[in-house]
Amino acid sequence: MATPCLLEASNINVTFNGRPVLQDVNLQIEPGQIISLIGPNGAGKTTLVRVLLGLQRADSGRIERQPGLRVAYLPQRLALDATLPITVERFLALSAARHDKPVALALEEAGIAALRRAPMQSISGGELQRVMLARCLLRNPQLLVLDEPDQGMDAAGQQALFHLITDIRDRYGCGVLMVSHDLHLVMAATDRVVCLQQHVCCTGHPQSITQHPEFLRMFGQPVEGLALYAHRHDHEHDLHGDVVDD
Amino acid sequence: MIEWSMDSFIWRALLGGLGVALLAGPLGCFVVWQRMAYFGEVLSHSALLGVALGLVLGIHLTAGVAFVCVVMAILLMLMQNHVRMRRELPADTLLGVMSHVALAGGLAMLVLVEDVRFDLNAYLFGDVLAIGWIDLLWIFCAGMAVIGTLLFVWRQLLEITLSEEIAQVEGVPVKRIRLIYMLLMALVVAIAVKIVGVLLMASLLVIPAAVARRLARTPEQMAVLASLAGTLAVIAGLGASLQWNLPAGPAIVLAAAVMFVAVQFKPL
Repeated sequence: MATPCLLEASNINVTFNGRPVLQDVNLQIEPGQIISLIGPNGAGKTTLVRVLLGLQRADSGRIERQPGLRVAYLPQRLALDATLPITVERFLALSAARHDKPVALALEEAGIAALRRAPMQSISGGELQRVMLARCLLRNPQLLVLDEPDQGMDAAGQQALFHLITDIRDRYGCGVLMVSHDLHLVMAATDRVVCLQQHVCCTGHPQSITQHPEFLRMFGQPVEGLALYAHRHDHEHDLHGDVVDD
Repeated sequence: MIEWSMDSFIWRALLGGLGVALLAGPLGCFVVWQRMAYFGEVLSHSALLGVALGLVLGIHLTAGVAFVCVVMAILLMLMQNHVRMRRELPADTLLGVMSHVALAGGLAMLVLVEDVRFDLNAYLFGDVLAIGWIDLLWIFCAGMAVIGTLLFVWRQLLEITLSEEIAQVEGVPVKRIRLIYMLLMALVVAIAVKIVGVLLMASLLVIPAAVARRLARTPEQMAVLASLAGTLAVIAGLGASLQWNLPAGPAIVLAAAVMFVAVQFKPL
C-alpha cells in the first residue's frame, strides 16, 4: 500500500422495505483520485454516498475513515426555501465561521467572485452548483463528495465544471467521489470508474472499463465511441459555456 | 368606551403581549422557513391538555401547559425521525391528525375535570386582559431564557434550515439543535397561549414572519422585522379591543393580517 486510504467501505449492505438496495459493496477512496460512481437510476448511487457520509445507516458492513478526515459534500439538491432571504456571501459565511479561510477566496477559486452580493434565490442552477462548490472549498477538504454536480447544465457548462473539479483536485490533493450520469464527461475527467447496480458490477480505469462485459451489458455498445474521447482544454469557458477570450 | 388611563390591567396586557410578540418573531421565522406551520398548531392545540393537567394537579396552569408542550415537542421529534423512514402517510396528514386529536382530547378532559374557576373561552381565544403579575414574571423569565438560547444556537439552526445534510456532514449536532429549537417553541407556545389562545397561537408565529419576508434581505433582518410586526399587531390589536370591545386575541391576529395584506403591495 503506497498511499493510505481516506475512506474504506467494506461489505456494505442496505435493504429498503425488504428490497436490497446495496449488496456487499466495497469501495476505497485515495487522496488525489477522482472516482466516478455511475449506474442506472435506482442503482443505489445516492444511498451509497449517504452511507459513506454517515447520513444513513447500513444494515451491515464497515466504514473506516481516516481519523479527523475533513469531508465536504455537495448534495443532489439544495432545497432552498424562497422564504429565507440570504445572500451568497452570507450563505458561505455560515460555514466559514468554523474555518479560517476567507469567503472571498473560496468565491474566487470557484470562479464566481461577481456573485458575492447576489441573493441565493436569484442565481441560476449552474451558479448554485458553483456556490456549493465554494462552500466545499471553505473546508479545505481532504475528501470531496459530489452527487450529480452537473445536473441541469448544458454540455459546455459541464465542461467548465469538470475542469474546475480537476483543478480543485490538483490544488488540494483531495480525493473526489462523484456521482454522475453523463458517461461522456466521466470518461474525460476520471481516474477510476465504479459501476454500481446494487453491487459493484465493475471498476477500473475509464479506458479499460469500457471493454468490460458488465459495463457493455449495462450501457450498450455505443459507449465505446465515447471512451476514445479525451478533452484537451485549449481555451476557457465562462459559466454559460461561452469561450472566453483574453 | 373605556377611558384611556393608567389602569394597570391594560399595562399588564400590553407588556405581556409585547413580550410574547417579540419572542414569536424569530421563532416564527424558522416555522416559516422550515415549513413547520403544522408543528405550531400541534403544540398550541396540545396546550389545552396542559391546562387540564394543571387543573387536575392544582399547579399553575402555565406550568401544566409548558410541561405538556415540552412532552409533545419531544414526541414530535421522535415521530419526525420515524416518519422519514416510512412513507405511507405524508407528514402534514399525521400532524393534522395529532393537532386535532390534541384539541379534542383537551376539550374532553376539561369537561371531565370541570372546574368553576376555569373559563374555557379564555384559553381558546386568549384573554390578554386577565394577565396577572405572575404571568408577566413567567413571560419575562421564559423570554430571557429563549432569547439567550436562540442567540447561542442561531447560526447552527440557520445551517440546518438551509441544508440538514450538509450541516450534519460538516459536524453540526443536528439532533441536539433541533431538540433545543422544539423546546424553545414549546416554551413560547406555553407562555403565549394565555394571550392569543390555543386556536390563534399558530397565527402569531406565522403572520408576522410572513409580513417580514416581504421587507427583509437577511435572515436576521427578517427575525427582527417579524418581532416588530408582532409588537405593532399587539399594540393595534389591544387598542382596537379596548375601543370596540373586541376579544383581544382575534383583534391582534386581525391587526397582523392587515399588515400582511398591506406589505403585499410593496414591490419586491
